[in-house]
Amino acid sequence: MVKYFYCSGLLKSTWDQVCTAFWQRYPNPYSHHVLTEDIIFREVTPNNCLISRRLLTKTSRSPRWMERYLPKHMASSAYIIEDSIVDPQKRTMTTLTWNISHARLMSVEERCHYEVDPENGSWTEIKREAWISSNVFGLSRAIQEFGLARFKTSVTKTMKGFEYVLAKMQGETPSRSLAETATERARETALAAKEKAKDLASHAQKKQFV
Amino acid sequence: MNSVGEACTELKREYDQCFNRWFAEKFLKGDRSGDPCTETFRRYQRCVQKAIKEKDIPVDGVEFMGPNKDKPES
Repeated sequence: MVKYFYCSGLLKSTWDQVCTAFWQRYPNPYSHHVLTEDIIFREVTPNNCLISRRLLTKTSRSPRWMERYLPKHMASSAYIIEDSIVDPQKRTMTTLTWNISHARLMSVEERCHYEVDPENGSWTEIKREAWISSNVFGLSRAIQEFGLARFKTSVTKTMKGFEYVLAKMQGETPSRSLAETATERARETALAAKEKAKDLASHAQKKQFV
Repeated sequence: MNSVGEACTELKREYDQCFNRWFAEKFLKGDRSGDPCTETFRRYQRCVQKAIKEKDIPVDGVEFMGPNKDKPES
């Protein structure tokens, strides 16, 4: 069973600026959970596309009820790979991001497509899809719900992070309140998600004892 | 931003600076005149690949865009 998510968003900057910002998005005020970032592969293909692989370390941020299902020796940080193809001729960028640790607990794969907004040539449209799955017996639904809720919060942070970096690149001073509002909203969403997932988890656990 | 290999952060910053300039000023503008960053990239990669091995990070054998198979919508 897999949870599927789709959304599309707009950034009010050109495709060129967004792609440039893509490589400079960390750190930003919304990315405190991203600990390290490395390019571990990069090449320009014969048809002049840039392919890259980025390795990220992020804090694991699982709730306590989930952490009980992690083997004790497992790292408390998660490793994520992001592959990308930038095509400067077609003016498209496609990225694929997935976790290479904790995958049996929960696997999140995200595919994004960045292209020039068809309604406004100076803006960029981002189409985002995600597949969230878990194989833990008896808890997969709760874990998937948690994963989906956390993913939605991440999307908000990602877009805010992009806007922040783009504003900085374009010489504007990004407003402090943007960062503060985001932290507040992220906290609220995370709390609501925590409660919902906790409910599901305790429900699932109750069922096991019936 | 830090590298996963603590010793590699400086090399990473050096490479990033070179890459960001090349990417915005040459690559996106269709200038194919060549990559000025190969040397700094090589130095950075030597360091970071070593760190990845030492920390046992499971990056090997993962095909580029690997998980990009057709997935069912739930």
